[in-house]
Amino acid sequence: MATLTLDVVVEREGFELAVKQEIALERITALYGPSAAGKTTLLRVIAGLEERARGLVAFDGAVWQRGARQVPAHARRVGYVFQDARLFRHLSVEGNLRFAVRHAARRADPTSVIELSTVVRELDLSPLLPRRPASLSAGEQQRVAIGRALLTSPRLLLMDEPLSALDIGRKREIVPLLERLPEVFGVPVLYVTHNVDEVARLASDMLLLKAGRIVASGRVADVLERLDLDDLTGGRDAGAVLHVRVEADRRGAAALRLTEQRLHVPVARAGVGMPLRIRIHARDVALATERPRGLSIRNVLQARILRIDADEPINVDVLLDVDGQHLRSRITRDALEELKLEPGQAVFALIKSVALESTTPF
Amino acid sequence: MSELELGPVWLSLELAAVTVVVLLLLATPLAWWLAFTRARARVVIEAIVALPLVLPPTVLGFYLLILLGPAGGIGRFWAALSGSTLTFSFAGLVIASVIYSFPFAVQPLQTAFEGVGRAPLEAAATLGATPLQAFLRVASPAALRGYVSALVLSFAHTLGEFGVVLMVGGNIPGRTKVISIAVYEHVETLEYTQAHALAAGLLVFSFLVLVSIYALNRRMPVARP
Repeated sequence: MATLTLDVVVEREGFELAVKQEIALERITALYGPSAAGKTTLLRVIAGLEERARGLVAFDGAVWQRGARQVPAHARRVGYVFQDARLFRHLSVEGNLRFAVRHAARRADPTSVIELSTVVRELDLSPLLPRRPASLSAGEQQRVAIGRALLTSPRLLLMDEPLSALDIGRKREIVPLLERLPEVFGVPVLYVTHNVDEVARLASDMLLLKAGRIVASGRVADVLERLDLDDLTGGRDAGAVLHVRVEADRRGAAALRLTEQRLHVPVARAGVGMPLRIRIHARDVALATERPRGLSIRNVLQARILRIDADEPINVDVLLDVDGQHLRSRITRDALEELKLEPGQAVFALIKSVALESTTPF
Repeated sequence: MSELELGPVWLSLELAAVTVVVLLLLATPLAWWLAFTRARARVVIEAIVALPLVLPPTVLGFYLLILLGPAGGIGRFWAALSGSTLTFSFAGLVIASVIYSFPFAVQPLQTAFEGVGRAPLEAAATLGATPLQAFLRVASPAALRGYVSALVLSFAHTLGEFGVVLMVGGNIPGRTKVISIAVYEHVETLEYTQAHALAAGLLVFSFLVLVSIYALNRRMPVARP
């Protein structure tokens, strides 16, 4: 595991980014927050692209910045995937990849060199090699940009909303690839996004950035279930992440296993036995004090109320324990009072099947 | 009627070629700086670079004559260094032409570098390229059109200059007598045949150069990243 130490300030007109954080990078860490929170700026500070940054940036014992003195970007061994790919248009795809190989060669230690052939194979780039960047689709460009960044054999891969320019179909192509990056290439990833579904799907840990400050950090499931962060982690779209395993996947009917109980969804989009992370929106979870009968909803889970958050005038948020995992439900205050719900109480959580399907939007 | 003399033709081509080489060497770093600097001095420098566009050649030539002359700063330095004067010499003409054509080299390059922008340079840096490598291997190929425009414009502009040459260089055959001066002289002495030959030659040559450059330019990919 690699550690990134940040104690930096970037001042711009009307905006200040101030981050003091020790970040343990393992697999994919999401840097999440609303737009204009300073996510991209922070990523640029880490890469050495932000001249105005002041403070300390250190990665695994190597100091990249102290005060105003910066190790230049080209000497940092950081891969950077820009939102807009930024391929060199005067070079072919192969030329773009070789550019990285050529310039990275002298800074990589021979033990951790990522080979061109590996990247071409893993990212399926061989049909694209002779083509010009201008002739590629947005998804293909982003794949090439990821490959190009990897070919610098970076110790840390920074990705700035790599999916934001892509439509749903293209996202579905690239997400499985992103998921595998840390394992296949042995590089930790810091991934900027403002899409909470991407966080839930891809990341193991997350940092929550708001108005230039980190307001929360930790395991994704822990941060997303915090009721006090609702406004930031989705408001109306707030929800919780469940870890399940695909138990069966027949045509139009898949079963996902929690520990004791299971959920039914039309499609699992993963092989039988595969672990899966799903996100369930709080507004799609209803509560009942006894097991309901004659209901079209197929997913009814036994749960226990952990906490009730009743700050809002109309709706309340209920945090539930389901097989040791956390689920959130948003119900009206009227319903809460009528059902006389209290922490510790056993209830049934009713989840619309369709809600599960929309939890994997890729 | 005298024989048609080719001396002024070769001298003009030589002057234009040397001027273009010097110009590209000087204008490229300045254009780069102008394109990317955040310094406030930028507007002042831009205005100075553009001055030759608006000043009459005689005004420019007058100041250069004073500056390059044996009493002027540069002229005295040159005289101490080489033992000869800058005015009425080929070296003096090169200096005058470089200054006179400066905006024609700087402005297309600056526009091209601004068109390339910081984005590809940042990408190059994260891929391990030093600033010099990023300039040579990313910005320059992307700004190729700017280089071609700068080369053609400053070459053609130098070929066509008259006023500054007359002020600084005079009319010394083999040293400062370029085509435009020769044409002027032929017309003054009513040698219209020679004037026709030189004028038409310059016209056709300029036209052919421009056509071939524009054709080349059109075939080059638009290098805007």
